[in-house]
Amino acid sequence: MKLSFATANPQKLIVAIPWLWLALFFVMPFIFILKISVSEPQLAMPPYQDWIREFEDGLLTITLNFGNYLLLLEDDLYVSALLGSATIAGISTLLCLLIGYPMAYAIALAPSHWRMPLLMLIILPFWTSFLLRVYAWIGILKDNGLLNQLLMSIGLIDQPLQILHTPVAVYIGVVYSYLPFLVLPLYATLVRLDNTLLEAAADLGARPLRQFMTVTLPQSVPGMVAGSMLVFIPVMGEFVIPDLLGGPDTLMVGKLMWTEFFNNKDWPVASSLAAVLLMLLIIPFVFMRHFEQRTAEEEK
Amino acid sequence: MRAMFMRYPVLICLLLAGYAFLYLPIFSLIIYSFNESRLVTVWGGFSTKWYGELLQNGPLIDAALLSLKIAAMNATLAIVLGTLAALALVRFRKSRGHASLGIMVTAPLVMPEIIIGLSLLLLFVAMEDLTGWPAGRGQTTILIAHATFSMAYVTVIVQSRLAHMDRSLEEAALDLGARPLRVFFTITLPMIAPALAAGWLLAFTLSMDDLVIASFVSGPGSTTLPMVVYSSVRLGVSPQINALATLFIAVVSLAVLIASVILYRQQKKDN
Repeated sequence: MKLSFATANPQKLIVAIPWLWLALFFVMPFIFILKISVSEPQLAMPPYQDWIREFEDGLLTITLNFGNYLLLLEDDLYVSALLGSATIAGISTLLCLLIGYPMAYAIALAPSHWRMPLLMLIILPFWTSFLLRVYAWIGILKDNGLLNQLLMSIGLIDQPLQILHTPVAVYIGVVYSYLPFLVLPLYATLVRLDNTLLEAAADLGARPLRQFMTVTLPQSVPGMVAGSMLVFIPVMGEFVIPDLLGGPDTLMVGKLMWTEFFNNKDWPVASSLAAVLLMLLIIPFVFMRHFEQRTAEEEK
Repeated sequence: MRAMFMRYPVLICLLLAGYAFLYLPIFSLIIYSFNESRLVTVWGGFSTKWYGELLQNGPLIDAALLSLKIAAMNATLAIVLGTLAALALVRFRKSRGHASLGIMVTAPLVMPEIIIGLSLLLLFVAMEDLTGWPAGRGQTTILIAHATFSMAYVTVIVQSRLAHMDRSLEEAALDLGARPLRVFFTITLPMIAPALAAGWLLAFTLSMDDLVIASFVSGPGSTTLPMVVYSSVRLGVSPQINALATLFIAVVSLAVLIASVILYRQQKKDN
C-alpha cells in the first residue's frame, strides 16, 4: 500500500490529497449528522463519550429512532423556524438583487480603469470582521441609536422607533452582510456581455429601458441566479445576524439549532434539524452549480 | 453610446448610495471608538482611553493571540490544499474524482456554517471514540475545521489564475527537458504567486473571523477572539469592541493599500 502510494504518479496524488481531505472532513461529517439524528435522545446527554452505544455487550443492536424527525413535524416551532428562515432568505435575496443589480451594472459600465477600484470598494468590507460589522448595526438601530437620533433631530418622528430586535433589523443585517456576494458574480456576467447586441437594438430604435429589458436583463440571468444562491443558501442557516439583531419572535432555523445544541444539549434534535436543512439546500445548490457551469462554458 | 450615457446619472447615484450603505456602519464604528463617553451613541468628547483598556483586557489579548496563531497555520495549510485542488480541477480534467472534487470544493462556499460546525463536531467525537484521535477538542480541531472551508476559497482564487495563465513558458521548459516538478516550482509557482498571496490573506481573514464553526469544535481553554467578542457584544455595545474594530479596519486597509501599490508597480513594470 505504502509502496504503491510512493510510486503513484504525481497527477493522481494531486487529485487524491484534496479529495481525501474533503471526503474525510466535509462529506463524512454529514453521515454522522444522519446517524446521530436517528439516535435516542437520552443517550445524547453529556458526557458525549456515551454517544455510540449501538454495539453493547458485543452485540450489534441497531435501534433507529425517527422520533426526532416526528418531533420536528409535530412541533410548530421547527416548521415555523424553517419557514421563517426561507422567508427571510428569500426576501433578503430579492432586496440584494434590487440593490446589487444597479451597483454591478454601474461598475460594469464604468470606464475600465475605474472598475478595479470600484470592485475593491465592494470587496473591502468583506475583509473586515463580519461579527464586528453586524455589531455596528446594534449601535445604529437601537432605541437611542444613531438612526433614531437622526430621525428625531430632523423632526420626522417624536418617539424612537423600535428597529433593533425586529425582523426589519434582521433584513438590514442580512442585506448588508451578503450584498457583495451578489454584486461580484453579477458584475462578472455583466462585464462580459456582448455589446453588439445592445448596439443592434439601439440602431433598430429601441429605447434604453427597452434595450435593458430585452437584451441586458435576459443575458444576465445566469449571474443573477448564481449570485442569488450565494446569498440564499448561507442565509438559510444564518445564526449571528438573527441572534444579535433579531428579537424573540425572529424564528430562524440556524438560531434554533444553536439553542437546541448549546442550551438544551439536545444533539439528536439539532442533528435532525441540520439533516432537514441540508436536504432542503441541495435543490438550490444544484441550481447554482448548473448556472455556474453555464457561465463557465460561455467564457470559453 | 448616448443611450448608455443617459442611464448613467441614475446608476451612479444608486452606486453611491450602495457604497454609503456599505461604509456608514464602518465609519460609525471608527468614530465612536474615540468617544469619551461609555454610552456608545452619545458623544462625550475625543478620547483614546478605550484603546488603553483594550490592551489591558487579558482574556481578550490571549484570545487574539490564539486566533492569530490558528489563522496563520490555517492560511498556510489552506493554500497547500487549495492549490492542489485548483491544479487538479484545471489541469487534470480527465482524472478520476475530478467531478466529485469540483462539487466538494464548491459546497463549503455556501454551506451554512452552523451545519459545518455541528457535523465536524460529531465527526471529531466519533473519531475520538474509535481511534483516540483527536484527543479532546482545541487548536487542532479548529485548525482542521477552518482549513476545510478556507481551502474552498483558495481553490476558487488559484483556479481562476491557473485557467487564465499563459502556458507557453511551462511548455518551453518541458521541451528543454525540465522535469515537471522543477517546472512547477520555477515557473508555475512564481506565476500564480499573486493568487497564492491573495488566497493566504483571505484564508487568514476567514479564520480570524469565524465564530460559529469554532464555537462547535473548540474545547475548554481554546477560546478564540470572535468567541470573546461575541460574548461581550451579547451583553450590549461596548466602546472597547469599537476600538478593536477600528484596529481591525486599520490593519486591513493598510494591507490592501500595500497590496495595491505592489500590484500597481508590477503592472507598470510589465508594461
